Amino acid sequence: MYIESDKVPVNEVLLNLIKNNTEVLKTSSSECVNLLRDKAQQSFTEQGIPTLKNENYKYTDLSLVFSKKYNFHFVPKKIDFNIRDMFRCDIPELDTHLIILLNGWYYTDNDPLTEYENGILMGSFARAAEKYPRIFEKYYGQCARYQDDGTVALNTALVQDGIFIYVPDGVVLERPVQVVNIVMDNEDCLVNHRNLIIAGKNSRLNVVICDHSLSSNQFLTNSVTEIFADENSVFDYTKVQNEHNGAAQISSTFINQKKNSNVSTNTISLHGGFIRNNIYALLSEPGCENNMYGLYLSDKFQHIDNNTFIDHASHDCTSNQKFKGVLDDMATGAFNGRIVVRKDAQHSKAYQANNNILLTDDAKINTKPQLEIYADDVKCSHGATVGQLDENSMFYLQSRGIGKKEARLMLMTAFANEIIKQINVEPLRERIDELVDKRLHGELSRCNSCAMHCN
Amino acid sequence: MLSIKNLSVSIKGKQILKGINFDVRPGEVHAIMGPNGSGKSTLASVLAGSAAFEVTEGQVLYMGQNLFDMRPEDRARAGIFLGFQYPIEIPGVSMANFMKTALKEVRNYRGLGALSSSDFMKLMREKISLVEIDSKLINRSVNEGFSGGEKKKNEIFQMAMLEPKLSILDETDSGLDIDALRIVANGVTKLKRPDNSFIVITHYQRLLNYIVPDYVHILYDGRIVKSAGKELAYELEEKGYDWIKNSNDDL
Repeated sequence: MYIESDKVPVNEVLLNLIKNNTEVLKTSSSECVNLLRDKAQQSFTEQGIPTLKNENYKYTDLSLVFSKKYNFHFVPKKIDFNIRDMFRCDIPELDTHLIILLNGWYYTDNDPLTEYENGILMGSFARAAEKYPRIFEKYYGQCARYQDDGTVALNTALVQDGIFIYVPDGVVLERPVQVVNIVMDNEDCLVNHRNLIIAGKNSRLNVVICDHSLSSNQFLTNSVTEIFADENSVFDYTKVQNEHNGAAQISSTFINQKKNSNVSTNTISLHGGFIRNNIYALLSEPGCENNMYGLYLSDKFQHIDNNTFIDHASHDCTSNQKFKGVLDDMATGAFNGRIVVRKDAQHSKAYQANNNILLTDDAKINTKPQLEIYADDVKCSHGATVGQLDENSMFYLQSRGIGKKEARLMLMTAFANEIIKQINVEPLRERIDELVDKRLHGELSRCNSCAMHCN
Repeated sequence: MLSIKNLSVSIKGKQILKGINFDVRPGEVHAIMGPNGSGKSTLASVLAGSAAFEVTEGQVLYMGQNLFDMRPEDRARAGIFLGFQYPIEIPGVSMANFMKTALKEVRNYRGLGALSSSDFMKLMREKISLVEIDSKLINRSVNEGFSGGEKKKNEIFQMAMLEPKLSILDETDSGLDIDALRIVANGVTKLKRPDNSFIVITHYQRLLNYIVPDYVHILYDGRIVKSAGKELAYELEEKGYDWIKNSNDDL
């Protein structure tokens, strides 16, 4: 099924894609998912893909990536070899629950939904929706706002599969979940996946998702993840974006936190031609803590845009955002960090910082902190810096015999380290440290066992 | 080892050094004293290779080579060490990684192979006890959270690790209490050898009780106005900087 976008406007093309395939979309999904599909389609008809005129997207031109010819798989692509042999995103000493997504479809030879003894559910979004409609009725679509963003509406209208993780009340998920999200095809592809993660009261879990592209075609992935963190839950979410520069990604993560929950997200953008990350957190009850970290290392013509929104809708919550980026060559980037502290959200603490290093005159970053404070007994701060590597630090290193090139690398590594050290799982932190080090050295950044050579 | 001839240096058009001449031979300790603004730190920075300054006249030969032809990292590799007056903090760069990388470069330049990890750790431990620096500081980022005194001790520690031929200590004693001063001076004295030299820049005579100089030069308004043996330091201490200002402003 092709998306022809030579002369037909993008929105029309996408709507036709949905309309012409309504049958297969609806039959492959359960009722609760389809309920929202029609509303989302209607919303998309009204909104379309956000344009530069949309304040939230003024630094990122989505038409650049949407106006291309893409294939779209309404059924999972047949693979005639074992993908696990070809690619193992292995991290030594790290024992994880490994989940693979291939072009937005949950990939497995076995049961698409694993049900553990302690009640943990892990696997295919589609299968879970089929088997556990009550969970979906309660959570699905409850925090993602398709009404506010055309890309979310598009995702909701095209939804079929993705990942689903459910941790019941009181359960600690001992091993981290590692999601290897692969795009691979012999044609250019539009990929859609929808994910739902539920952390019950007093639960703990750790999810790592690594995005990779295993063929040199162009890809556009539009994904939405909804995360529900119930009372006292602790949830760590690390995303490593490592697709090649012909791949584009629009990734929206919606987080809904209940009383005293603690959610930390860390988005590490190593490679990828065009990345737009939306991370939205709603602190709906008192005592929540939310940390959002991000690191973007870009060069050549990459464009990385991080857009965050933290809504302090209740009192005594704490939020902390720190995004750091290094931009080289002609890379461009944006950071838009919005914090809203509502009128009765007293004793809120909200901190935000965005630090950027530009290595060339052509690199460009637009950084826009936005603080909207309506309560009066709060502590909030925001700061943004754009600069070069510190001259005095460089000289200090040189005065000890360290050459300029090595000194620059040491300082850039030190700069990135502040974000990497936030990763709690030690073997993962070490592996990402290694990847970042390779990235800064200009070496191809990929997990050791990847057989493909993507660039 | 070091031969400075008629060196004049300016920064942003303002002339700081106005024709400096002096020589340092192996095994010697030279003290440079002078009031604030006389150009002491400028001299130290220029020798180390800071790009902030412009050499308007003169030349400096280090071991027979034209120093200004050498990049800062090459001067360090060739054995010049600058103990900074205000050592900078570099968050995220660990002391161990910093020293390991620096030592590798210096050894490489000298035709020596890199040290094995265990030999390196042994060397670190040796120098930590020599300089009496707290070993906890070594696990931290360079100078991050160090007190003034700890930063100065860290300079001496780095000097001990890199074994330079010419150490230029820029007001290493400023901000130190008497005990820290003794420890720093002790470290320097232990590192002194017949084949290395020191240029000790200081404001006060006190340090020179512990690091006994062979020569004392007084720098005033960008010029060396007096040079003598160590007694000059006592004379200066007694008479104060006004003595220098008066005798030179009259000229």
